[in-house]
Amino acid sequence: MLEVKNLHVSVGGRKILDGLNLTVKDGEVAAIMGPNGTGKSTLSYVIAGREDYEVEEGEVLLDGVNILEMDATERANAGVFLAFQYPLEIPGVATMTFLKAALNAQARAKGQGELQTPEFMKKVREAAQKLGVAQDMLKRPLNVGFSGGEKKRMEILQMALLQPKIGILDETDSGLDIDALRIVADGVNALRAQDRSFLVITHYQRLLDYIKPDTVHVMARGKIARTGGPELALELEKSGYAAFTGEAA
Amino acid sequence: MAAVKETVDRVKAIDVDAYKYGFVTDIESEKAPKGLNEDIVRFISAKKNEPEWMTEWRLDAYRRWLTMDEPTWARVEYPKIDFQDLYYYAAPKSMAGPKSLDEVDPELLRTYEKLGIPLREQEILAGVQNSRVAVDAVFDSVSVATTFRAELAKAGVIFCPISEAVHSHPELVKKYLGSVVPVTDNYYATLNSAVFSDGSFVYIPPGVRCPMELSTYFRINERNTGQFERTLIIADAGSYVSYLEGCTAPQRDENQLHAAVVELIAHEDAEIKYSTVQNWFPGDAEGKGGIYNFVTKRGDCRGDRSKISWTQVETGSAITWKYPSCILRGDESRGEFYSIAISNGRQQVDSGTKMIHLGKNTTSRIISKGISAGRSNNTYRGQVSAHRKATGARNFTNCDSLLIGHDCGAHTVPYIESKNASAVFEHEATTSKISEDQLFYCTQRGLSEEEATALIVNGFVRDVLQQLPMEFAVEAQKLIAISLEGSVG
Ligand SMILES: Nc1ncnc2c1ncn2[C@@H]1O[C@H](COP(=O)(O)OP(=O)(O)OP(=O)(O)O)[C@@H](O)[C@H]1O
Ligand SMILES: [Mg+2]
Repeated sequence: MLEVKNLHVSVGGRKILDGLNLTVKDGEVAAIMGPNGTGKSTLSYVIAGREDYEVEEGEVLLDGVNILEMDATERANAGVFLAFQYPLEIPGVATMTFLKAALNAQARAKGQGELQTPEFMKKVREAAQKLGVAQDMLKRPLNVGFSGGEKKRMEILQMALLQPKIGILDETDSGLDIDALRIVADGVNALRAQDRSFLVITHYQRLLDYIKPDTVHVMARGKIARTGGPELALELEKSGYAAFTGEAA
Repeated sequence: MAAVKETVDRVKAIDVDAYKYGFVTDIESEKAPKGLNEDIVRFISAKKNEPEWMTEWRLDAYRRWLTMDEPTWARVEYPKIDFQDLYYYAAPKSMAGPKSLDEVDPELLRTYEKLGIPLREQEILAGVQNSRVAVDAVFDSVSVATTFRAELAKAGVIFCPISEAVHSHPELVKKYLGSVVPVTDNYYATLNSAVFSDGSFVYIPPGVRCPMELSTYFRINERNTGQFERTLIIADAGSYVSYLEGCTAPQRDENQLHAAVVELIAHEDAEIKYSTVQNWFPGDAEGKGGIYNFVTKRGDCRGDRSKISWTQVETGSAITWKYPSCILRGDESRGEFYSIAISNGRQQVDSGTKMIHLGKNTTSRIISKGISAGRSNNTYRGQVSAHRKATGARNFTNCDSLLIGHDCGAHTVPYIESKNASAVFEHEATTSKISEDQLFYCTQRGLSEEEATALIVNGFVRDVLQQLPMEFAVEAQKLIAISLEGSVG
């Protein structure tokens, strides 16, 4: 279970998150929607442990443990996964090599032995096939020269391999064509489990047609302004965010 | 920037302890008296029982050296070296030229075992069959053991200490020694010519493909001892050889001098691949101690269609002054230089290459990857020139620098000179930094910052690592991790 309690965050002296509260239960898929620049990515970065954010107040608990005390590596090993809005390129590092390094790092952190190469390759190939990631892409340097959609698929591939406790998807749908959207959504749905939860950040109802959320949160002005069921997303589709930002639609 | 800063700090702190080869071997040694004069030169020559012509060659070099000045053009700074305050010869006492491995002091064998270099052929044979490497191990001033000699001899390959070649193959030594790096080439090379102690000699007969990798491991053990190896490799027409060189030294407070000369000669259609993994002690966090590495390496593509390729991974030394070069004399000959130079702490690296195009349709390729961390300075200095007659000469140079942290420097100094209008020289250069975002992305996947840095650096140097023979590539990858992180490997 992920609990964000009264989170106040500023960056470069500017307040972005202003007393944000959010709970995502085990097995739950929560969607976050909200206007541009409202702090959705900031929230995901703060949960994942990126530096340069000043957490002024509040807690982020994963299964009751305050993860704000941990560095990014420790949080990842505790089961936090972030599918980046803008995935980074790592020149010269073959995707396969990167995946192996990540998987082994997490296996070591859990006190498990490293995977044998044949076993690992098989696992990756299967996962890649399901997500429509071409095998030759696994040999290319990670994300270098990948199209926007290919990068997003690669993020989900990594999530499928790392099997996190909480998967945060930051606009994974942007840049995906209609077929890719379905494939990626299927990939996420296949990962849904009793003890795994998801925080899905998106601007569009379309993604939520495929990944059916249990709850929908509207974020505005650094807070959760409203929480509801799937119907809330449909309502936003019609009326926009005017009611939450105080501006005319 | 906090994460990078922290990584850099950690690297700084770990740096010195990470030098795992910093042990000293307790062996009695025999030294020449301190200082340098004609008597010392004669002493060294006598120790090796050298013929008159060799002694004279050394004395001639010594006299010329007296008239020369230490070069100052490189971007390196160090206190003036007192050449009279050094020992120019040190030999393990028990070692008056071993005839077989059984005569080698077991303490020495243990030293090489600690370094991960098994000298016993049986052990190598017991290991992986297809990764056999013949090793010549040089300890301070003396070659202590050369393995696989019998098998190499069957193929007609000569691989032995140069001190031995002076006796067993004087005609080859006379013909080739100093023919690529002339006695008066530069201050350190001239000094080397006067006092060189030992090193490897390789001759590959015409048409022979050397049946295994040849390798030399150099280790400086004695305090205040200069090490002056001399390596001479001759690949006769149509032959091929791949040669590996590795270096370590104990951790010392004072600086130690290393001034080697390597000469390569490739005749018609011959190919020499020379790889170095240099891991001399880099000095401590304050820049105390460490090896001064002033090396002259040059290859002569003497015959048509010959090829010489230098690959180097430089992670150690307090100061590196090193420019492995190729003289492209034969028509259609080819020179290559692949380099990874890592500097950390207070290390200073001034390294690069020279490609001198003399023959027609000669080609050269330079790929240089410099990585600077800590408070180090890393300079690439390269010269590409085409002679009047070098019609159709071509060079491609790619020179990339990666900075880790804010206190280090990277510099690129290319000299290009063409006296032939048909020559085509291309030059590319980039400087980049490991970004905070890249590090975060990797740590978000569970890698530690050290692992993330090593991974990104390995990606950066991949083109060059691929040039190394398999066994060395693995070793080099570990070394890179060690010299940057200390925790991995
Ligand atoms: N390092 C920074 N320095 C200054 N301002 C920043 C910094 N990082 C983020 N911001 C600001 O914080 C605000 C929130 O950004 P964030 O990326 O979290 O928004 P978002 O809700 O994800 O928007 P979008 O829907 O466009 O992705 C923006 O106004 C942004 O400009
Ligand atoms: Mg965003």
